[in-house]
Amino acid sequence: MADTITLDVARYRPGDDSEPTFQSYEVPYREDWVVLDALNYVKDQLDGSLTYRWSCRMGVCGSCGMMVDGTPTLTCAVPLSDYVPGPIRIEPLQFFPVVRDLVVDISDFLPKLQKVQPWIIRDEEKPIADGEHLQTPAQLESYKQFSMCINCMLCYSACPVVGLEPDFIGPAAIALAQRYNLDSRDQGAAGRMEVLDEHEGMWGCTFVGECTEVCPKNVDPAGAIQLYKAASATNWFKSILLPRGSK
Amino acid sequence: MDTFSCDLLIVGGGGAGLRAAIAAAEAAPKLDIAVVSKVYPMRSHTVSAEGGAAAVIKPGDSLDAHAYDTISGGDWLCDQDVVEVFVEAAPREMLQLEHWGCPWSREPNGSVAVRAFGGMKTQRTWFAADKTGFHMLHTLFQTSLRYGSVRRFDEWFVTKLLVDEGRCQGVVAIELATGKVQGITAKAVILCTGGCGKVFPFSTNANIKNGDGMALAYRSGVPLKDMEFVQYHPTGLPQTGILITEATRAEGGWLLNKDGYRYLQDYDLGTPEPKPVLRSMELGPRDRLSQAFIKEQEKGRTLEGPYGHYVNLDIRHLGEQVIDKKLPFVRELCLKYANLDPVKELIPVRPVVHYMMGGVHTDIMGATPLDGLYAAGEVACVNLNGANRLGSNSLTECLVFGARAGKAAATFAAEAPPPSASVEAQVGDEERRLSDDFFNVTGRTERIANLRAEMQMAMEGSAGIYRTGAALAAAADTLGRLRGDAQRLQLDDRSRIFNTELISALEFGYMLDLAEVITRSAEARTESRGAHQRTDHPERDDERFLAHSLAYRTASGGPRIEYSPVTITRWPPGERVYGR
Repeated sequence: MADTITLDVARYRPGDDSEPTFQSYEVPYREDWVVLDALNYVKDQLDGSLTYRWSCRMGVCGSCGMMVDGTPTLTCAVPLSDYVPGPIRIEPLQFFPVVRDLVVDISDFLPKLQKVQPWIIRDEEKPIADGEHLQTPAQLESYKQFSMCINCMLCYSACPVVGLEPDFIGPAAIALAQRYNLDSRDQGAAGRMEVLDEHEGMWGCTFVGECTEVCPKNVDPAGAIQLYKAASATNWFKSILLPRGSK
Repeated sequence: MDTFSCDLLIVGGGGAGLRAAIAAAEAAPKLDIAVVSKVYPMRSHTVSAEGGAAAVIKPGDSLDAHAYDTISGGDWLCDQDVVEVFVEAAPREMLQLEHWGCPWSREPNGSVAVRAFGGMKTQRTWFAADKTGFHMLHTLFQTSLRYGSVRRFDEWFVTKLLVDEGRCQGVVAIELATGKVQGITAKAVILCTGGCGKVFPFSTNANIKNGDGMALAYRSGVPLKDMEFVQYHPTGLPQTGILITEATRAEGGWLLNKDGYRYLQDYDLGTPEPKPVLRSMELGPRDRLSQAFIKEQEKGRTLEGPYGHYVNLDIRHLGEQVIDKKLPFVRELCLKYANLDPVKELIPVRPVVHYMMGGVHTDIMGATPLDGLYAAGEVACVNLNGANRLGSNSLTECLVFGARAGKAAATFAAEAPPPSASVEAQVGDEERRLSDDFFNVTGRTERIANLRAEMQMAMEGSAGIYRTGAALAAAADTLGRLRGDAQRLQLDDRSRIFNTELISALEFGYMLDLAEVITRSAEARTESRGAHQRTDHPERDDERFLAHSLAYRTASGGPRIEYSPVTITRWPPGERVYGR
């Protein structure tokens, strides 16, 4: 086994660079490293100007998503050994504006998330003094997987619709809308449906399921979109079959 | 230079910061609230908490029982009035989070499930499988999006508190995306920036845990309290320090030495039973378990691997079904980061720096001695955790004291005068300082990573699980030298745009201050209590040290240590008894 491995890393400094360039770094190869460890080696020992985000290094904060060999990847959650013998190509997540090097601008996501009203909506708040809402393990299970989203943005970077239509509200936001729709404590599904209906992008989704494929937490945004489309189609049928106001 | 202004500014968007923001928004809907965080709030380190959050909810439990577990767990250094406020508010706060949608694990009848936890005599730890912190943080963040009065400054790094006329009036911060240094004035500020685990080399803490808020307060003259009390969690993965939750032991996991022997029975922690026994053996408190590991190592009964000594955590007997239902993240972490399956294999673990019991000195409302400055969560020391925090009290602490500080600061902000005109000049001064220290310099040679590693080794070698006065004094000398070396820090990165190397350099400066406070506070406390164990002073000394240490920054830079009394209400200091 070689004792080093090469990283080909996209560099971009707005103002100084007119377009991204690639820079190669040779780093020690360690069997027990993840890809992020190799980047940290570069940052600490070779080039302090290499710029990327990271924090928890345990696959839960969602900071360190990048394109690794062309695939959206959470770099703290994949072993370096998966890419032997290298070189490994590391680029910023695609379909996002690049702030610098491997850092992308995700500020668009937050208004999208806010739009789907990702909080419990009730006709009437239950007083705290009345204790908890009962929710059986089966009821919990029905939305649980959609609650596992870490907002890492890999699904946006994998989604062909996001690539064509940046305004598309996107896989994670739809999955989180479903997370609340399916929660037995919530009564806000109708309102969220109206929001999602305004976003034509949804109907461009091809169900190829790239979003689900790249999700590091096994959330199934493609499934969430399918649920939405089914519900929305049902609503549309109801709206033409029944007198208005009775749906 | 732009200056923003708001009524209430919260530094940090983790569990405590978001709870404070929501509490303030509800208490005073007209208040203009800003959350300033160096990462997007959902990246905050609360996200990594696993095991659960404690609050009395089930029949057969009582507030007094929770209070007694907390106080004895803290080796009687907790302020008992604070503990009483905490246990009383805890169930309400946890129910509030349930109403906001937190996906708590459930009993078959749909009520909230609770699990055992270390040092707790009753099952009272609420949990969302083993991703409790993740779910709490996302629930709080998503809920916070409802409040139009809460503005966010995401990826802004605070370099200084604005203080004038004896009152905190905002912050100076770097907007990472542009590198601009800007002032944000406020009528009140709450620090919610978490702990400083990265002062040590081997820590469960995320890269962002550099004690920013502690250092900001300290540099503004606010004392840091009980900083000598550093919690080692007994079970981290040896290479990375990734946390393997205490819930593994709550569900029935065993700690085994190299002979497969449940060694905790040799350390006055009870007798081994096949099923978990509360406040016994593997469910003892974290300080005692981490200390037992070192003793076991000294006897030559631990194992040795490429990353040092370790023991084994055995959860195989729980079976795949229980592991997948209650500890799925543990299995995922072991598979990804230790290349083993805990369903079939032993998990190598060793003690790892996890939590700071100490922090910014606050009163029971979260107010610091500096007018207009509040603190809550791990950054603060409200005197809840004493000399050793019990597992699952800290997530609840973020809620209870985040909410209290949010309300108190909102009230203060509503009545405070507008910021004084002179703070604008401070923003300009700070901008020049940053340029002069890091950009307008040449001929420097030191790398951050090397200095940081040296600081971390000095801390591990002196301020670890067992300490001596001599080793602490030697570490203080090393830290003094590092302070000089830090003046010669070289930045490779000369761009202002998203300069993470500059941020690391500033964080390193914060950590050096805190390292010094930790060692000096530990040197001054010539007794052993909870997580602070002095082999040269092995006994607890209530006569002299039933007291909180307060470290004040002096003109010469080092801390001056003073003491303040512990509040005792109903539980006079006694022996900590586990397993008998």
